[in-house]
Amino acid sequence: MDIYLLEAILNGILLGGVLALLALGLNLIFGVIDVVWIAYADLVMCGMYLIYYLYAEFNWPFLLACVAAIAFVGVLGILVHVMIIAPILGTAPINQLLATGGLLFFLQSFATLLFGTDFRNIGVRLPIIRFDSIYISSARLLAFTVAVAGAVALYFFLKRTFVGTAIRAIAQDRDIVGLMGVDQRHIYLVTSAIGGALAGLAACLLILQYDVHPFIGNTFGPLIFMICVLGGLGDMIGGFVAAFLMSQIIAIGGYYFSTELSYVFAFTFFIVLMFLRPHGVLSR
Amino acid sequence: MTARHAMLAILLAALATLPQVVAPYFMHLLIQILLWGFVYTSWSIMGRFGFVSLGHGAFMGVGAYVPALLWNYFGVTPWIGIPLGISLAVVLALVIGYPCFRLKVVGHYFALVTLALGQVVMLSIVAARDVTGGSLGFTPKAVGYSWFALQFPQKVYFYVIALALWFGGLAVWYWVDRGIGREALDAISEDEEAAATIGINVIREKLRVTVISAALTALGGAIYGQYMMYLNPETVSGIAVSLQIVFAAIVGGTYTALGPTVGALLTISLNEGLRVAFGTNFIGAANTIYGVLLVLFIIFMPRGIVGMIEDATKRGWRIKPL
Repeated sequence: MDIYLLEAILNGILLGGVLALLALGLNLIFGVIDVVWIAYADLVMCGMYLIYYLYAEFNWPFLLACVAAIAFVGVLGILVHVMIIAPILGTAPINQLLATGGLLFFLQSFATLLFGTDFRNIGVRLPIIRFDSIYISSARLLAFTVAVAGAVALYFFLKRTFVGTAIRAIAQDRDIVGLMGVDQRHIYLVTSAIGGALAGLAACLLILQYDVHPFIGNTFGPLIFMICVLGGLGDMIGGFVAAFLMSQIIAIGGYYFSTELSYVFAFTFFIVLMFLRPHGVLSR
Repeated sequence: MTARHAMLAILLAALATLPQVVAPYFMHLLIQILLWGFVYTSWSIMGRFGFVSLGHGAFMGVGAYVPALLWNYFGVTPWIGIPLGISLAVVLALVIGYPCFRLKVVGHYFALVTLALGQVVMLSIVAARDVTGGSLGFTPKAVGYSWFALQFPQKVYFYVIALALWFGGLAVWYWVDRGIGREALDAISEDEEAAATIGINVIREKLRVTVISAALTALGGAIYGQYMMYLNPETVSGIAVSLQIVFAAIVGGTYTALGPTVGALLTISLNEGLRVAFGTNFIGAANTIYGVLLVLFIIFMPRGIVGMIEDATKRGWRIKPL
């Protein structure tokens, strides 16, 4: 097998980890609150800017900056829910999607206003790992490992704790859960906070690989909605499978053709699969 | 002739005399408002029935690029290129629309499928950079004043074209609004299953408005390209334009004929006003305010400005508690 193709596939797997993490956060919110946060990728952008400023400008230790970013984006998640979603929770779902679309405009342009359109880089370059003539970026490997660990932690949280069980229950039937003594509003807040925190975690991992700029959300935002829907609502394993499918299409397509064309393939794949398997890749 | 018609006649007369009195800069703004107003109206022809497409950038991009490419590479006049672009947009609308409506892909899911479509078109244009110039954009070959090339250096020509287009868009809006399918579409937007059981051909009705909407959007893109003489994948297709279309229509009011135009008027004047007031030091200021407005609009007045005014006039200007 072609060594460069193998490298592309490996890098695709590593990219899939971070995409899966993001899709997981989105999936949680989509499944529980039944809202698509179009601005989800832009919350990641906010986290990336915070880390950039704390680390590169104020010289905080990187890990501390990461913790701050996770907490900050978690709070942003709560704010998004309280200020934007909660007031219109009863209206048509498309309104909620559009309201977070307004948030997308706001975040992107506010970031432009505050930080300008420069590409900013925290200046940390992790070493490249050489593995028998295959080169792998260790930043990606780290991102993959942390993303998978985060997903596993979330899995156990959802399976083993009371709040986690309530979250899963609400995704199944939001009306009955209320009768079982669960306060939906409380669960919505917790879910939004977790969704935000996951975006913050993704920000920590992405800042090691990419420069931050106000429109970075547009580059992977659409992709993670697609992954989230492809995986199927509330189906965490399906989300993982979808993330790796999409990242492989992008990696291999990018290897044989070009990056843009590989995204064209990925989106076309999404459209076709929506028609073939509207309830997720693993549904039967 | 009612008062409404008289108002319309006065408005048209005023719009027709404007080129004589207005500076070129305002002329440019007016053309932009009319062209975008037309595109937003085209979107709302389907958007008002709850078929929210986040991929109208796809149709606009196809409509804009096809005639420009044909003109530059083969010297084909836009008079042929534009209908070809529109046809391609219609084919695209059918290819996406038919399976979506057949398989009942609605709401969020429809929005995301169309979003993917917009990205596919935008990224395809970027990927074919040898032909389209990619992200650097594409400039149609300029030949000066020419009816054959549909190029006019004087703004007044495009003003008249944009005015006609905008008026035509409104006419189509009314035609759909008064047409026999209107009731069917309303029923479908309320409850597809129920609509189907009383004998409405859900797929055909939905496809009809989708095709009309896509064709008009492609036409808008084509004329926009002819006027600007510069195309960029980011400014005529993709997620940014698609969202811009949706939001301007919503701010103005999706459910009324003039709503999308008011949306265009508001967003373009807000943008220009802030640009003139603050200069380029505050890039992003306009869209920051716009973003906040959008969120507020969707939460507090989902029927948009014109919808709100209509409600208020019907109630005799009393403010109803929310």
